[in-house]
Parts: sequence; structure tokens; C-alpha cells
Amino acid sequence: MGLDFSIVPKYMDVILLGCAWTIGITVAAALLSFFGGIVFAVIALYGPWLLRQPFRLFAWLFMGTPLLLQLFLIYFGLVQIGIDLPAFVAGIIGLGLHFAVYNSELIQTAILAVDKGQMEAARTLGLSRGEALRKVVIPQAVRAVLPPIGNNMIALLKDSALVSVIGVSELTLSAQRVIGKTYRPFEFYLLAAACYYVINLGMEWVQRRIERRISISR
Amino acid sequence: MDFELMLKVYPFFLEAAWLTILLSVLTAILGLTCGALGAAARLSRFRTLRFIGAAYVSVIRGTPALIQLFILYFGGPQIGIQLDAFEAGVIGLGVNAGAYMTETIRGAIITIDKGQGEAARTLGLSQWQAMYKVILPQSARLMIRPLGVNINALIKATALVAAISVVELTYTAQRYIGSTYKPFEMFLLAGILYMIIIYVAGRGIAWLDRKAQIT
Repeated sequence: MGLDFSIVPKYMDVILLGCAWTIGITVAAALLSFFGGIVFAVIALYGPWLLRQPFRLFAWLFMGTPLLLQLFLIYFGLVQIGIDLPAFVAGIIGLGLHFAVYNSELIQTAILAVDKGQMEAARTLGLSRGEALRKVVIPQAVRAVLPPIGNNMIALLKDSALVSVIGVSELTLSAQRVIGKTYRPFEFYLLAAACYYVINLGMEWVQRRIERRISISR
Repeated sequence: MDFELMLKVYPFFLEAAWLTILLSVLTAILGLTCGALGAAARLSRFRTLRFIGAAYVSVIRGTPALIQLFILYFGGPQIGIQLDAFEAGVIGLGVNAGAYMTETIRGAIITIDKGQGEAARTLGLSQWQAMYKVILPQSARLMIRPLGVNINALIKATALVAAISVVELTYTAQRYIGSTYKPFEMFLLAGILYMIIIYVAGRGIAWLDRKAQIT
């Protein structure tokens, strides 16, 4: 069985819909991982002991095990405790939490690297500890680690292919479904790869623009 | 928490862990080979080779590893490549890891001060001798730690071959989640084994790193 790409245009709409889902899931999970990362970083650094220790265990577990395994845990685990979420929500939560842990590591280092004088000055000006963190320290910290966070988001895009395994009809599963009908795995997986590559280029472009804007306002 | 069940199924997880270890070792060997070749290509004098190296890194790092595995395993037979799931897993993951390692190795080589190479050339060493006797020994020390990060990622990436039905740890966990409806217990079993594997690999790399430093 050789290659035959003439069949591709017929199924292009399915693949493009898959692309839209992949982009949607990636953006939603990226936002969750970004804000989750900030919350986790604050918990890890300033949280009360009772919150900090379980979080540490959670972060340790999530950094030491494969994402695929975590997706199974979240998807089937939630069902087990009676929360029946649609697969794509479970996928977004799984991806988002996984990368939130990685982002949190970056943000923690950055928060510690913000000059102590910033916090002291903000406190002197009458801001509470929480306000000073939220309005003075965290914005500076996050800005400093935006490039590596951007790299995490690009990794997230590629890892979003994994949610096909729990049945989310994004790009990878769409390709699989088309292959089920056409028996042309090479052509359609290659097409899916090309789509990922293009989305990836788009994300890199956005990342460069954001980084440029931030470096100007400095 | 159902400890009784965990005790009952853990031998199967142990067996699967061996396969994960075997996969990781083979993938790491292939990845390092591809990484070394990729870095050599990217630093080559020849434009074509530089282009091939850059394209390899860009394409592999720009697409999901899962799709790469699927192309190789399901699409391979169409272009005359027949591999069983394990072989496809090792080759797919190895070539994937190699792209990341290419950048690690290249990075370690180009951080060595240019003067080192120039001095070696002035002293009469050939281009190759300068590379092998002066630059590489220095950069090898620099690349152990970052390659360790790549290997850590690679161990976790071996979970992907569950999607092509290789009975490694994640596949085993998935199967037992399906048959026992105890996702948390199975996650914990597989998770602990992954952590042990990653911990041991990490210690090995740290040991290697210490050995390689001249103090």
C-alpha cells in the first residue's frame, strides 16, 4: 500500500475542526496553568504549613510521573468519586494542573529573586502583605519568567495530543477517526503533524510578540 | 485506599517496570547517538548538513511525540517499514529525545571559549584534534547535567508507548484501572515505581557529574 494524498482534501474539514479543538484546549489549559502556577507558587512560599506540605507532595508526584498516567488518574478518578466531567474538561484540568506545577517552580524562583526592597517599600507605603504580593512582587516575578513559561506553553500544545487517549476529539483523535474510515494512517498522521507544526509556529510568533512588548515597557 | 488489592497486583506492576526501564535505557542510548550526530550536523562546515540538523530539531520538537510514534508504528507499513510496537517505541522515542539532546550537546560545545579552539590550532593540532582533545573534553563536563534533564523527560515520555499497546507501567496501570475501578491505587503503584526509576537515574547522573568535574 503506497501513499495517496489525493484523499486528504475530502476529510480536511474534520481535521480543521480537530485543530480548533486542539487550540481551544491548549489555550484553556495554558490559562489554567498560568494562574494555577501563580497560586501554587504563593502557596508553596507563603502558605500555612497545613497547606504547604500537601501541596509539596502533590507537586512532587506531578513532576515525577508521566502526564499520561495523570490524565488517567484525573479522568477515571473523578468518575470514581462521582464527578462525571466531559472528557475535554478532564483533559484541560489534567494538562492545566500538570503545567501549573512546572510554572509554579519557575515563578517561585522568580518571586524569591525580586529585590526584598520592593516588598518593604510597598509595605511602607501602606499596602498589606497580600496587596504588596499581588500588585508589586508577583507582576515583576512573572514578567521575569515569561520566556520559560512560554516554552512550557509550547510543550503543553504538543502534550495536548495525549488527551486523545481519554477520548477528547482534538486533532490527534480526529486524525485517528479519519484513519479508521480510510485506512491511511501515514497520510493523516503526517497531516496532523503538519497542523501541529503550524500551530506551534503561531504560538512561537505570539510568544515573541509578547516578549518584545514586555521588554519595551521595562 | 485498598491496600489488599495493591498487594495483589503489584507483581504485575514490577514486571511492567522492568519493561519501562529497558525502554528508557534503549531510548537513552539511541537518543544520545542521534543527539551527538545532530549536534555534529548542526556545527558542521557544510551548509546541507547544517540545514538537515536544523530541520531535524525543528520538525521533531515542533510536533507531538505521540504523533511521531503513530506515524512510525501505524504509517510505517505503508512505506515498507514493519516494526513491532516495542521497536517502534524505542526508535520513535529515541529519535524524539535525540532532537532535544542535539540542542543540549550543541549548547555545551558552543559555550566553550573560542580561544580554546584557536589556541589548539595555533599549537599545531588539526581541526579534528582540537575538537576531540580540547573542546569536547571540556564541554562533556558541561553537558552531563542538562542531558540528565533530557533523560528525566525521556523516562516519563516512555509512557506514550502505552498508546501503541506496549505493556509498560502506564499501560498496566490503565488496564488495572479499567478492571478494578481503583484509579488512585493504580496511579500510586505506577507513580511510585516511576519515581524510583527517575530517582535512581538522577543519582546516577549526579554521580557521573561529580566524577567528571576537576576540582
